[in-house]
Amino acid sequence: MGKAFFIDVAKCSGCYNCQFACKEEHCTNEWLPIAAKQPMTGQFWLKVEEHVEGTKPMVRIHYIPVLCNHCKDPACLKAAKNGAVYKREDGLVIIDPEKAVGQKEIVDACPYGNIYWNEELKLPQKCTGCAHLLEEGRVPRCVDVCHTGAIRFGEEEDFADFIDGATVRMPELGLGPKVYYRNIPGRFIAGTVYDPEEEEVIKGAKCHLTNGVKTWDAETDAFGDFWFRDLPRGLFTLTVEADGFDELHFPEIDTKGNSINLGDQPMNRRKA
Amino acid sequence: MEKVFTNLTTGGPISVYVEDGKITRIRPLQVPEEDYPKPWTVEDKNGKKYSPPKAMRVAQNIMAEKNRLYSEDRILYPMKRVDWDPDGERNPQNRGISGYERISWDEAATIIAKEIDRLAPRDENGVFDGHAITALTGSHHNWGIVGYKMAPFGRFFSMLNYTPILDNPDSWEGWMWGAPHMWGFYWRLGQPEQFDLLPDAFKNTDMIVFWSNDPDSTHGIYSGQESNIWRVWMKEMGMKCVFIDPFYNYTNAVMDGTWFAPRPGTDTALAAAIAYQWIIDDTYDHFYVENRTVGFDEFKDYILGKEDGVPKTCEWAAEKTGIPARRIRALAKEWASKRVAIAGGVRGGEGSACRTAYGTEEARFIIALAAMQGFGKPGVSIWGTTMGAPADYTWFPGYAEPDSQMGKSSAANTKYAASSVKQRLYRLNYPEDIMNGKGEFIGDGFCGQSIEQQFVQHEYPIEGKVKMLWRYGGSFMGTMTETNRYVQLYRHVGENQLDTVINQDCWFGGEAKYADLILPACTNLERNDLGEWSVGGGYTTHAEIGNNWRVIVREQKCVEPLGESKSDYEIFQEIAKKLGVWEQYTDGGKTEDDWAEAYWNISELSKRMSWEEFNKKGYYIVPVPEDYEEHPAFRWYYEGRDCDTQDYLNPKIKAVNNMNTMEPTENSKELGTFSGKIEFASESLKKLSPEDNERPAVPHYIPSWEGHETELYKKYPLQIISPHPRFSFHTHYDTHASWLDEIPCHRMIIDGYAYWIARINPKDAKERGIKTGDIIELYNDRGSVLCAADVTYRVPEGVMHSYGCSAKYDPITTETGATDRGGCVNILTNKRWLSKNAPGMAPNSCLIEVRKWEC
Repeated sequence: MGKAFFIDVAKCSGCYNCQFACKEEHCTNEWLPIAAKQPMTGQFWLKVEEHVEGTKPMVRIHYIPVLCNHCKDPACLKAAKNGAVYKREDGLVIIDPEKAVGQKEIVDACPYGNIYWNEELKLPQKCTGCAHLLEEGRVPRCVDVCHTGAIRFGEEEDFADFIDGATVRMPELGLGPKVYYRNIPGRFIAGTVYDPEEEEVIKGAKCHLTNGVKTWDAETDAFGDFWFRDLPRGLFTLTVEADGFDELHFPEIDTKGNSINLGDQPMNRRKA
Repeated sequence: MEKVFTNLTTGGPISVYVEDGKITRIRPLQVPEEDYPKPWTVEDKNGKKYSPPKAMRVAQNIMAEKNRLYSEDRILYPMKRVDWDPDGERNPQNRGISGYERISWDEAATIIAKEIDRLAPRDENGVFDGHAITALTGSHHNWGIVGYKMAPFGRFFSMLNYTPILDNPDSWEGWMWGAPHMWGFYWRLGQPEQFDLLPDAFKNTDMIVFWSNDPDSTHGIYSGQESNIWRVWMKEMGMKCVFIDPFYNYTNAVMDGTWFAPRPGTDTALAAAIAYQWIIDDTYDHFYVENRTVGFDEFKDYILGKEDGVPKTCEWAAEKTGIPARRIRALAKEWASKRVAIAGGVRGGEGSACRTAYGTEEARFIIALAAMQGFGKPGVSIWGTTMGAPADYTWFPGYAEPDSQMGKSSAANTKYAASSVKQRLYRLNYPEDIMNGKGEFIGDGFCGQSIEQQFVQHEYPIEGKVKMLWRYGGSFMGTMTETNRYVQLYRHVGENQLDTVINQDCWFGGEAKYADLILPACTNLERNDLGEWSVGGGYTTHAEIGNNWRVIVREQKCVEPLGESKSDYEIFQEIAKKLGVWEQYTDGGKTEDDWAEAYWNISELSKRMSWEEFNKKGYYIVPVPEDYEEHPAFRWYYEGRDCDTQDYLNPKIKAVNNMNTMEPTENSKELGTFSGKIEFASESLKKLSPEDNERPAVPHYIPSWEGHETELYKKYPLQIISPHPRFSFHTHYDTHASWLDEIPCHRMIIDGYAYWIARINPKDAKERGIKTGDIIELYNDRGSVLCAADVTYRVPEGVMHSYGCSAKYDPITTETGATDRGGCVNILTNKRWLSKNAPGMAPNSCLIEVRKWEC
């Protein structure tokens, strides 16, 4: 057990406070022996990623703050010579700014791309978990400025509830990342149904979705819209039923590439 | 040894950590837990209670304040253009081309004093006739009552009796020029009061329609991210949200709203169809319409087509807006079945839709829809979702209050309240008016005194032509319209040329390089001042209701001014000394701290905390009174009572006791229109502008003069909107804070150059062979701008989006003329006013084409 970051993607509003504060802490200040100065531009010890899914008017956006995973079994540590990368007792992984000079292989070793090369200092650099602040009893700057509580930091044992059901980046590598994410949305399938004869949207239509393994149900809202959120990637079949209308059937909806907006779908009145 | 100072910015209060004279970090104001007073509490429909976090949620760009302070773009020394000789050739044609030489402050002040003496002769009493000198400022490159533009700048130029350039209300044009004719509130420049609408919405509102409004990005203007948590709470409590905006905006992304994307410039058609549906469904508030409004029958005749033969059906609107009729109908029905707050702009009014051709009609239609549903009724309001928190209303002067302006304040022995010169120029017209040597315009820009003020006729010149232009803060190439005009003025040669151009700023903005003399100003982190978070005073009374905590901050000098920069007050003193008027200018030698103390003592708050204590502590958080009573905006009007809000500029109530007590008058039940009621058919327009078919008495949908229904659309088939930015503020922070260059929705670095972002729909991009990260050229007959492409479904087909506030103007010469690679998309916009008698700008009515840039 040790320190870890806990990121609730549902709470992230894409304000970039964290990315700014990280730069402010490290770009013009050096915190030896933890960190040398970060160049003014070009490195992102914490970086916000924006993900846009869907098409008009069914668009959804989420943001993912990405930073060093402070892995349990760090690839960078293995690649480092002379103990240039070490793990603190609290679990934070630190690149020693003196010993690591010239060791570009530390950058290349990170499968997540979270280590940057400082050309001027010939130094690999990355997030330190603001280890220099922890001794003063403070939290990392990104956590300090997060106004929604999306990024939190603490002892893993205190966040057991969060970890249960959380994901990490590239778990298949088995490196034991210590940045836990929750609520990274899956794909969505959405659309609108309407009655072309009356030129009215159809409210309360029953929508039934399946991928052969699992099923989901939804009803259209006041705008005739249906939404299935947080779906896996794969093939789906959708049926839409509404009283007095022929059933709609969509056999192969593919969410592998992106979320899907089926658009405006007319439903024909059932012939007597 | 670390020292911590307090200061205040446009985006909130800060703690500044300094070591060895250098700032290490800047954090939102750090207040010990025990120093927070008891927070306010609001309740939702289910009785759940909400109180704000004990933290200051400043705007995100403030996180880059240190980056901006130490920017490579800082102006550090006085400079003179090498081929500008005040005693010989002035070479205006070389402005923007020739380089600069460093000069001393003494040289700079001597040259300027000589130019002022030449251009502004004094009479036997020492009174200047400065009509040949004109000067204007941007807004909000700094914060603080003592140092803000209305103080040192205002006092200096009023003393010279200069020719003022009137500001246009550039963020809320349609509300300024339209709304007063429908609901008064001219004393708020057309915008609504917002008192106590937060508790009202929590308790009573079912749905919020965000109409051209992205409060997560525009921050209640100066309130940072304070209101973000209110919207998160509303999402948690299941508030339904609709977003009407051609751009899938950031607030929509947070709130998961239902998105309506009308073609730019067709919001009014959408609104007309909603009104139509309510009339034929009979789902509007008859009692309200009959008792609180006038002219509904005329409005109804227009909507139903009796006036022009065209019923404004959902089918009709579908053709205009591109939104299916059934979807518009669904919105109208859902709306009528619920209690709805319209978030018609960040403080209620504003929004990019009001900055389109005939934007007056958009603002009036929002009021029309609210009136049809009886706004003022619990839960039914016009509420931007950024204001309306409970607060202590003890008056404290914002920088725009007369009492806190150096030239007007009761703290001044000698007042220089206003220029005695009669002639005025207008920010939207001055380039051509100066170049032509003549011009005319109507309205006083910010028309806060009366409705009639919108029709004041101005002519230039009266006293005589201007020969000197003094620019201070900001850059208009990125913010006004058809902005190549501003460059042309600088380089104009001939009888009407500008002999002398001075630029006084902290940073090299887009316009600084066109000056003959450049004066380095310091920021408010390098001088002493004081101010209240979010509160400018003046027309938006009590803007502290946009914050969770009401905070007055002693702005402390954190570091020495960089280079040879000086505070604006000191700069004007240098020149006043050379002119021999230092005593008059400084009101007998008052220092910045003398003024600060005087302003503190003007407010009753000084009775709660002494100046000495405030000065030492650095801030005062004003607690909400224990017995706080809610008086929601418009409730008094809905219930037919006297106005009981703290809207102290409302002339129908009487503000006494230093603006702290409101007393009713015999007219206090009325709005500020001619009839005292909401006017579906405007009495003021009937009387003052009867022949105007572009702003008729009844609000109309009028096809844009540069939209999809014009001939030009065939040549330039993309509509570009350029709203206010998310990561910068006006032209501030952009470019001067390099970390913003790396925010991929702000700028993108390509081959070492940070290009401004322009968003384009994937289909439009594919047709033109454009990918995300390509350099693209946006162009029309007015100019050409390079941007970085962001190919995204955030914009619909046929629409492009690029924020309208680039700080950088960086023309490069090409075969086709000047192309700006700084990203000033406003070069492309049309200088035409909203309409012939509505002198506002309409940058969001703009047609362009785009192509991949092959360099």
